[in-house]
Amino acid sequence: MHQPSISKSMTSGEAGLAVGFAVTAFFCAIASAKALDAPFAFHAALSAAASLAAVFVIINRYYDRPAALPPAEIDGRANYNLGPIKFTCFMAMFWGIAGFLVGLIIASQLAWPALNFDLPWTSFGRLRPLHTSAVIFAFGGNVLIGTSFYVLQKSCRVRLVGDLAPWFVVLGYNYFILIAGTGYLLGVTQSKEYAEPEWYADLWLTIVWVTYLIVFLGTVIKRKEPHIFVANWFYLAFIVTIAVLHLGNNPALPVSFFGSKSYIAWGGIQDAMFQWWYGHNAVGFFLTAGFLAIMYYFIPKRAERPIYSYRLSIIHFWALIFLYIWAGPHHLHYTALPDWTQTLGMTFSIMLWMPSWGGMINGLMTLSGAWDKLRTDPVLRMLVVSVAFYGMSTFEGPMMSIKVVNSLSHYTDWTIGHVHSGALGWVGFVSFGALYCLVPWIWNRKELYSVKLVNWHFWIATLGIVLYISAMWVSGILQGLMWRAYTSLGFLEYSFIETVEAMHPFYVIRAAGGALFLIGALIMAYNLWMTVRVGEQEVQMPVALQPAE
Amino acid sequence: MSFWTRHQIFEKNSIILVAGILLVIAIGGLVEITPLFYLKSTIEVVDGIRPYTPLELAGRNIYVREGCYLCHSQMIRPLRDEVERYGHFSLAAESMYDHPFQWGSKRTGPDLARVGAKYSDDWHVTHLTNPRAIVPQSVMPGYPFLSSTEVDPDTIADHMRTLRTVGTPYTDDQIANAGADMKAQADPDNAGSDAFTKRYAKAVVRNFDGKAGAPTEMDALIAYLQMLGTLVDFKIYNEKANLR
Repeated sequence: MHQPSISKSMTSGEAGLAVGFAVTAFFCAIASAKALDAPFAFHAALSAAASLAAVFVIINRYYDRPAALPPAEIDGRANYNLGPIKFTCFMAMFWGIAGFLVGLIIASQLAWPALNFDLPWTSFGRLRPLHTSAVIFAFGGNVLIGTSFYVLQKSCRVRLVGDLAPWFVVLGYNYFILIAGTGYLLGVTQSKEYAEPEWYADLWLTIVWVTYLIVFLGTVIKRKEPHIFVANWFYLAFIVTIAVLHLGNNPALPVSFFGSKSYIAWGGIQDAMFQWWYGHNAVGFFLTAGFLAIMYYFIPKRAERPIYSYRLSIIHFWALIFLYIWAGPHHLHYTALPDWTQTLGMTFSIMLWMPSWGGMINGLMTLSGAWDKLRTDPVLRMLVVSVAFYGMSTFEGPMMSIKVVNSLSHYTDWTIGHVHSGALGWVGFVSFGALYCLVPWIWNRKELYSVKLVNWHFWIATLGIVLYISAMWVSGILQGLMWRAYTSLGFLEYSFIETVEAMHPFYVIRAAGGALFLIGALIMAYNLWMTVRVGEQEVQMPVALQPAE
Repeated sequence: MSFWTRHQIFEKNSIILVAGILLVIAIGGLVEITPLFYLKSTIEVVDGIRPYTPLELAGRNIYVREGCYLCHSQMIRPLRDEVERYGHFSLAAESMYDHPFQWGSKRTGPDLARVGAKYSDDWHVTHLTNPRAIVPQSVMPGYPFLSSTEVDPDTIADHMRTLRTVGTPYTDDQIANAGADMKAQADPDNAGSDAFTKRYAKAVVRNFDGKAGAPTEMDALIAYLQMLGTLVDFKIYNEKANLR
């Protein structure tokens, strides 16, 4: 539909991106032809195809769109950009289910090793990074990017800056996940936990992440509110710090620019310290700061109550981001890392308990005067229980960082249990709660398809978490005690394999817990799908809709 | 002006907020990481540590590729039970040429920091092919495909060159002979074996996978496993000189 008054021309973004992707396609095609190893050839070919597709989509979109770009405002109200957010909701559900499923598979492999099938692509060592990356970066990342774009627009009362840039962020990020995930299966990894992707995937992520920062910051700068909303401080801390961590932990030199293998610049002890500085703050800034931002927007919104204490959020924000960054060395207690570093790591980890609980209190006390809603609204219940799990894990963490406790817990399943009480209970539930809120809002639906199904999801998933973490507590502590058990004659009481054998029942229970959590997510996916497909349209439009894209 | 009013400068100015965040998150990392690069006490002074041989390096890359570090640590802590179970606690020097480090974070299987020379090559071949053939209760995956894949002697020199750029002291001689050394280490009848052992102290020359022909991934991985933790002679290691 052409408007005769405006002559249509490509924006510099459209033209620049189209040319950029065309050039990328050319170089990827050359790289694919000259590749030294098969995974690299596959990734280069895939990237060439994806770049060509991007060129096609950009040009096609240009011919289909009206001459004028979507306006920033319609009738004085911000014209929110919801398309990229819808995409992240869909991808979050997809990756969530994929990630939980791979988690269930590797949990089962530990109980029944025949499930490794003795093939390279299906063995535990390659699937485990796929699981962690799929749940943390794919599921969690899509939830974070999607909610951040939503909260940002609503709390700044402006449309996201950029026309293609938000799409570049969400599509580019998911393409990174695709490259990383297929890479693990093909044996492409730099073996740094939670930073396994090789140099070319890291480079691509850097470009995407910088664009994300620019879109976010650009929108904040254009805001119509004098104050930057609390949730946005946390989102900003998350985006900025993840960028710093990613760059610090990943400086690698490729063996060849036509091969996947690289060697990291850091070696031995320095590499270990960089890795856990990164690793622990992936928890601190990806899985905590980012999701605290979700808490600060979605809980007050859902409970229809203001945040409990603004001053507490100020103190808790600065204290949290300052203290978290020091906590990494508690992953290296009693290792060859110098004692002074370990002691610093432990001290700050214990201090970290305080701002963590400050955040928990701020979230829970927001329910003041609205506690009755927990009985009737399972979505709010999910959000609140997530904060309770946050409180539990952030007590357990500092406790495990104490060196004597760590001497027992380190290397055992206790760590796995601790991680999952945070990951399933806190990150999982707060994400589910946010998605249950977000989907009806952005698809303009009156309510969810079925509140009853949310209730089922809540209870099945909670039961799954309880089974999971209690099995891992018992197996972890048992394992730790068996390793250090002595007979009355002063010999080590158990051989290593006896401790492996003792873990079997707990591995079965853990897998059952994981299966329940996966079933809960499947129920959720069905519920959200039906909400979008058959949900009743909201008559009173709360937001101005953007033109169809 | 109260503290809370002063704080508004962050709440109202996005660039100042970002600058504040950057400053606050920089401190911890700088204090904990930077000294590790210059404090002399960080890495012990030890005799015997050398870079990996070409075959060991190829084996190490397989160890990384298959994600062995996800279930096996390579870091023995100075605790009584660990030292008795696995051997002398790990020194920082023992992983100083490790890019990346492989200390690990979980022991679904035992620590491997000193697994070298504990089992025979034959044991490793059987165990890696089917762990439950030797240890019925094991939950380790089998890696039968390692025996049928050859390692590439032609590209290993490029790997060593890259490692030299990031700080591993490979000599020109070692890099020039990388491909030949790789074949020589897995073949005791090879004419180059003597020259190879001169280039790498304490390196072991054996047909690790027990099969004739070019070195396989099985050869490489076992060569790597068999050298783990064997470089430092703890009979002559001066513990007191390195007290930290």
